[in-house]
Amino acid sequence: MRRLTWFNTTSLTLGFAFLYLPMIILIVYSFNKSELVTVWAGFSTRWYGELLENDAFLDAAWVTLQVAVVSSTVATVLGTLAALVLVRAGRFIGRTLFSGMIYAPLVMPEVITGLSLLLLFIGIGLDRGVLTIILAHTTFSMCYVSVVVSSRLVSFDRSLEEAALDLGCSTVQAFRLVTLPIISPAVISGWLLAFTLSLDDLVIASFTAGPSATTLPIKIWSSIRLGVSPEINALSTILIGIVAVGVISASLITKSASLRQQAEERAAVKA
Amino acid sequence: MPETVFEPWNDPDAEPLIRFRNVTKRFGDFTAIDNQTLDIYEKEFFALLGPSGCGKTTMMRMLAGFETPTEGTIELSGQDIAPIPPNKRAVNMMFQSYALFPHLSVWENIAFGLKRDRMDKDSIAARVEEMLKLTRLEKFARRKPHQISGGQRQRVALARSLAKAPKLLLLDEPMGALDAKLRQDTQFELMDIQEKTGTTFVIVTHDQEEAMTVASRVAVMDHGRIVQADTPARIYEDPESVYVADFIGDVTIIEGTAQPRREGFYEMTFAEAQPGISAQSERKFTAGQACALAIRPEKVVISAEKPENGVNALKGTILDIAYLGNISTYHVELPGGQVIKAQTTNTRRLSRRNFTWEDEVWLSWSETAGVLLEG
Ligand SMILES: Nc1ncnc2c1ncn2[C@@H]1O[C@H](COP(=O)(O)OP(=O)(O)O)[C@@H](O)[C@H]1O
Ligand SMILES: [Mg+2]
Repeated sequence: MRRLTWFNTTSLTLGFAFLYLPMIILIVYSFNKSELVTVWAGFSTRWYGELLENDAFLDAAWVTLQVAVVSSTVATVLGTLAALVLVRAGRFIGRTLFSGMIYAPLVMPEVITGLSLLLLFIGIGLDRGVLTIILAHTTFSMCYVSVVVSSRLVSFDRSLEEAALDLGCSTVQAFRLVTLPIISPAVISGWLLAFTLSLDDLVIASFTAGPSATTLPIKIWSSIRLGVSPEINALSTILIGIVAVGVISASLITKSASLRQQAEERAAVKA
Repeated sequence: MPETVFEPWNDPDAEPLIRFRNVTKRFGDFTAIDNQTLDIYEKEFFALLGPSGCGKTTMMRMLAGFETPTEGTIELSGQDIAPIPPNKRAVNMMFQSYALFPHLSVWENIAFGLKRDRMDKDSIAARVEEMLKLTRLEKFARRKPHQISGGQRQRVALARSLAKAPKLLLLDEPMGALDAKLRQDTQFELMDIQEKTGTTFVIVTHDQEEAMTVASRVAVMDHGRIVQADTPARIYEDPESVYVADFIGDVTIIEGTAQPRREGFYEMTFAEAQPGISAQSERKFTAGQACALAIRPEKVVISAEKPENGVNALKGTILDIAYLGNISTYHVELPGGQVIKAQTTNTRRLSRRNFTWEDEVWLSWSETAGVLLEG
């Protein structure tokens, strides 16, 4: 490894400070004893305790969790199916259009996605609540899953599926017994990605949440407007923790497991 | 004992196991298989031989059910197999890439097909053990495919495709990835297994030696057509076209024009300064017809003096010598520029070579040594 020069060290430090200093301050102040956010009065976990007694926050957390679990699961199923069709179906009329359309929501401004969903829900007369947030999150996180899974499927050797068919599997069995176990790291990391995206989404959730259901990001956002409280700091720290774990495990799973599996597959396929 | 000779293709009453009838396969406007008719019989070890891209894998994939013929029908035991999906055919395939399931152990790979048949646990275990024993893989049952060697993987692929005791086993270049020594061992192993199990094997290869070693019959393919399907001996000794003669083994092709002589004998002139070559042929040639003589190097005798009773004797100079250990091949150039290959067996160890580069030598062969073909 090359040694870090004075210049590199400085840029690295500045860069990381720029990225992480705000979060570090937030985390530090979540352990502040004082009620005043900006005055340090010693270490305490008092705000974490109070958080557990705040029903509004707990309700929002429960909604957020439900939305994240259900929407990421549905998005994983739909996204995987979409990826299968796009990678496998070969050429069909409008294939380019379809693959473009799958990826478009990735670059679509969230405000527009949120607004169009809102209009849709009003149009079909669906009351806004947990269900509408789930639908909205499924819509946008499905594209991410589809991207992750299709990049794995591209390198998947089709002769494995043909071998399964040859040995007596139906198409569905071949998928369940051969394809799915082999691509599972990509599917799992797609799920984790969708889960994290849903967890910290504010914009789309604001459009599609109703008075009956609020998610944590919305709750935090609205309480901030009344002033920053140490309780919010504590809550945000927990969220940062969950998201960090999610993202890190997603990338670890993808990297290690799919690297290993591809090596195995390559070894099994080539002699 | 004519009964013991296995030649169902010569028996007009024999029912073929597989029957290709005027099968054509097109991919878009590219014709991969061009109107082919072929019978393969039960217990045969049938080899499809040809250069890369000639349609061998396509023939296999149509038998396995991964491709459907564009035209024509394929019958298995007299039944059209077009409507039968791959998972319902009594046919198993060993893939060119082996296609072992990387997430399953050797044992589970072999058991995979048996489990789909809803066999009970004990019979599955018994059958897998039998297969492991047959392919000498007992010690590796618990390993994953990436934990064993190339040769072992190839045996797992074979065991997996044999486990269901298919009527027909398709092997697509099963030894493509093996080195020469392992290849040879495996070829004999395959023949042994084929004899023991009585399964009909269709093997794809682009290696002519492999086809000759293992097969009861060989089909030589070229651009989607079967140019000749015959026993290895007949393909070698009696090729029907220059393409087949040239594809199988070492050969010299001399092009010229035919002149009928006695009944069944022709004289071929190929160069102005050279005497004609006399050859026997069952094929009919008219006077002046273009023809080609295909002659194997081992049928050409090389000598320092003009042979006394040689029918065809030509003089030339040695251009090149290929020493292969057991044999040496001499490339001899005739005055007109035609090069003819002659082979000698090196019977004595480290003996002084009789001939060396630039030597003038005589080549001779009998009237029946070469095959006269349409040029
Ligand atoms: N699915 C396909 N689509 C288009 N062309 C194909 C397809 N499969 C095979 N071919 C073409 O058909 C020809 C024969 O292929 P193949 O049977 O695989 O040859 P080989 O004798 O090397 O096994 C090749 O030229 C190949 O490009
Ligand atoms: Mg091939």
